[in-house]
Formats: sequence, C-alpha cells, structure tokens
Amino acid sequence: MAKKYDAGVKEYRDTYWTPDYVPLDTDLLACFKVTPQEGVPQDECAAAVAAESSTGTWSTVWSELLTDMEFYKGRAYRIEDVPGDKESFYAFIAYPIDLFEEGSVVNVLTSLVGNVFGFKAVKHLRLEDIRFPIAFVKTCLGPPSGIQVERDKLNKYGRPLLGCTIKPKLGLSAKNYGRAVYECLRGGLDLTKDDENVNSQPFMRWQNRFEFVAEAVQKSQAETGETKGHYLNVTANTPEEMYERADFAKELGQPVIMHDFLTGGFTANSGLAKWCRKNGLLLHIHRAMHAVIDRHPKHGIHFRVLAKCLRLSGGDHLHTGTVVGKLEGDRASTLGFVDLLRESFVPEDRARGVFFDQDWGSMPGVFAVASGGIHVWHMPALVTIFGDDSILQFGGGTQGHPWGNAAGAAANRVALEACVKARNEGRELERESREILTNAAQSSPELATAMETWKEIKFEFETVDKLDVA
Amino acid sequence: MKATTAMGDYRTQQSLETFSFLPPLAQEEVYAQINYMLSQGLAPAIEHEDPAQASNHYWTMWKLPFFGETELANVVTELEECHRAYPNHHVRLIGYDNYTQSQGVCFVVYRAKAW
Repeated sequence: MAKKYDAGVKEYRDTYWTPDYVPLDTDLLACFKVTPQEGVPQDECAAAVAAESSTGTWSTVWSELLTDMEFYKGRAYRIEDVPGDKESFYAFIAYPIDLFEEGSVVNVLTSLVGNVFGFKAVKHLRLEDIRFPIAFVKTCLGPPSGIQVERDKLNKYGRPLLGCTIKPKLGLSAKNYGRAVYECLRGGLDLTKDDENVNSQPFMRWQNRFEFVAEAVQKSQAETGETKGHYLNVTANTPEEMYERADFAKELGQPVIMHDFLTGGFTANSGLAKWCRKNGLLLHIHRAMHAVIDRHPKHGIHFRVLAKCLRLSGGDHLHTGTVVGKLEGDRASTLGFVDLLRESFVPEDRARGVFFDQDWGSMPGVFAVASGGIHVWHMPALVTIFGDDSILQFGGGTQGHPWGNAAGAAANRVALEACVKARNEGRELERESREILTNAAQSSPELATAMETWKEIKFEFETVDKLDVA
Repeated sequence: MKATTAMGDYRTQQSLETFSFLPPLAQEEVYAQINYMLSQGLAPAIEHEDPAQASNHYWTMWKLPFFGETELANVVTELEECHRAYPNHHVRLIGYDNYTQSQGVCFVVYRAKAW
C-alpha cells in the first residue's frame, strides 16, 4: 500500500527510534557515546544520530517514497546509561549492510563519522565501537600477510619481535642513518623502523635512504645468520609517489615497508595493502594523528574502531601504545583492542571496552606494536601485557645505551629472552621483574649497563581517556 | 650484575633466534621449556641442520613430529638420539600449534660441536 507524501519536519524518533528492533546478523552495529544539548530527549537524540549517519535528512522529501526506506534506514535500537556519567548515554544503532560498498571501510567511516559529528542537537559524540558483520569482513582484503605468515617469513617463533625506531627522528644523512640501522640489527634486534615523519626530506632523499638501509640489513643478516628487516616508510604526498617508493623497496629485496594510515588516509592504505599482498612485502602501520581523533573521552572515535578499520583495510603491524611508556594508554582498554587486532573471535567485554562480539572469520591477525618511551626495565610488564604476537620497539631505549646501538640492542634482546624463558617456566614476570633482569644481566654487561642507565625513568601520569566505570 | 663505566665494545655474534642471546640452557632449563610446550598442547618436533645451511627455512626433520606426545622423558630421549646421530649439526625443538598453524615454541637445544 503506497504511502502519501506528507511534506514537513518530523521528529527523528518517529522514524529512527525502534526499541523493538532485533538486529540482523548482517547488520553493521555501532555504539556511540552521545552527549546531547540540554533539553534534547535521549531517544530523539539517538534517532537523530541514526538518521544523519544513514538515510535521513532534516526534512521529509518526496523522493523517499520512490524507495523502501524501511529497508535502508539506520535504526537506533537501544539506549544505555554511561557508568559514572549522568550527562551522556550510549546509543546503539543498526545499519543494513547494503548501505555500504563491499570491502570499503572508507565508505563505512564516511557514513558513520560524517556530518553527524557536527550535528547541532548533540554537544559531543564519540564512536565507541563498530560490529562489522562477517558478511562485510569477508569482502575486505585485510592484512597483506598477517602474524602467521610473517613469523614464517622471518623465522621467529615463541617470543615477541624486537624493534626500534631510528633516532634522531629527522636530520641524519642517508649514510649515517644506515649506520644507525646496521648497529641496531647487528646487536640483536629483528627490525628497525623509519620514524613516521621520515618521508623524503632535503637532508635525506628516499632513494638514498633505501639503498643505505638495504646494505645495513643485508650485512647484519649475513653476520648474524638471522633474518632482519627495516620498515621503509613509503608514505608520500601522492599515491603514485607512494607506489614508486614501494616498488624500489621491492627491487632492493627488502622485506617490509611502512605507512601512516591516518595522515595518508584509508584509501591510500587499502591500496598499499593490496600492493603488499601482490608483491609479498610486509606492511607496518603507524598511527600518527590518532590522539587527535581518539583521546577525548566524549568526542571523536575510539582507537578500537580505528584499529578494527585498519585490520580490514590492511596492515601487518599496528602501533597500540605501551601502557607503561611515555604515551597515553589504559591497560584494560589496550588489551581490548590488542585482542581485536589479533584474535579470530572477540566476545563482548565491557571491562575492556569491547561493546560487541566481533567475528573476524579467516582474516589474518595484526601484530600489536608497543613503542614509545620504553626501556629494559619495562620488559617484564610488556611481555606480560602484549604476549608473543607483538613487536616491542625501544627507540631511545636502544640508541640511548652508553655504548651505542649494538650494545643497546643486545641488552634488550637478552632482557626479552630472559623474560620469555621465565614466563614459560611459570614465573610471575611483573612481580619478579627485578630478580629476573638482575640474573640475566650477570652474563650480559650490556644489559647491566642499560639497567643502570634507565633505573630511575618512569612515566606516571593519569590516563586522560579512561574506560567508563561507575 | 656488573655495570661498568668504561665504554664496552660490542662484538657481533652469530645467533640462532629465540634464547640464543642467553647462556646455553642447562638441562633443567631445557626440561622446563619442554614442559611448558607440552602444557600448552603443542606438538613437539625435532629438526637438525649443518650450520652452513642453518639460515634456510627448512632444516632436516628428525622423524615425524611427535603428535600426541605428553611425556617429557620421551621428548628428551628423541632430542638426545638426534644429537648423537648428528653431533656436527644444530638441533632445534619446535612446538607446532595446529590452531594458529604456526610454531608456539622454537629454540636450538644443541648447538653444533664445532660452531
């Protein structure tokens, strides 16, 4: 029975608030933390978010009657209180899968975090979580290699990988930069990394960097007998330039490249991931700009959403913070998105900020990267928090060693292996950390010196973005 | 633990991945790692190789992986047998994880005699 066209402005909740709706397995579900403007009722506000992030606009239009709006509309189906917060509430919204192009997280984000974030009726809006239906997940490429393939390629098992970002971040010549890489790798690191903002500046053009780094990787491999790699940053101003750099890394026989997925953008990222899958290179992902988007507890996008989107878009490693180092990160929340990066099924767990069950199907896992202000004393905590499928990156904590990069690398490698060994023996790493490290240092003057150097350094500040608890 | 103020020279060393930066594991330490592996439900497997070929992905298998093995003593016996048969090879112990299709454990138990 055809409806009649009734021009004018209706309340959003008349159409988009559907508390009786039972979400379909194919629906894409989202949880927003909504802080309404004063006087706007919760259901109207939730419905407005559903409408503005899907089919709705402020006024009824005649052409709505040409389609089946009941099929295409997003629906606010549940409202919950935010523990310990009277001002905000959680709105749960279900979107039919046909609102989104297959395999495109770009399309999902453009809808869900588009205009709606500037909507006047809401004071603040934060996207807390998205449940991607398995039907959508299966249309995405995902990590070019994933954890299992990377371990096989690098021949590294039963422990976290060890890395380091080359410092100073900016200003080194290509040859001196390659020296720093070589020293780290010969000392026992598995991987080194370009800083996120190393692209192709006047002091070090990318071709020169790639060539000197390639020599450093090859020589350290030959001398140690272990597989080594350096994340060559191919982030560039245009996709064409990015691919040219990636091609050259491949030509040099390098195993891994890297990309800044937020400043570069999801389109560039998905394209580069596809290139990596085709060409057999690993893809390391840095998250510069994330804190602009994810740090405010009431506005923006939680990092767990960005992490999920990255896994779908494609990357083999993703920075997750360290919990213990110089950068912000709540422990339970970090464990939540570390699971979301690595596991094939993650159940809802509010204590970790996970709002939905998430089924990843056969999508490969992403290594969690802990990097930023960490040193040997943090090793026991890092191994406990992040487990084996992680990359622990000590920048200053390697290159700041009084004897230089190689000794710093060896100190970290000894500490890492001592912690893994102790964990496997059933010891409690965090409680027995001092004893385990002190014991390991007896046969490693490099570790003893590192422990002496960094014994007083701590980063203890309150976390700004905490999980919501009463 | 000895922290020295004089600057040290770091000599590059050939290494064999996990645990190769620690002093060679004592017998009980190896046993503890095997027990860990068994407790995780991993399938033990042994491989050996001439050091000159050790950087290859594939080492030579010692028999088949010991699927369903739960006894420390049996794993130790196989390791010792392999080492006796190939004293000039590295011998490594692997714990296969059929869920992740990866190796949960992999470390060299015996380094080749002349290495």
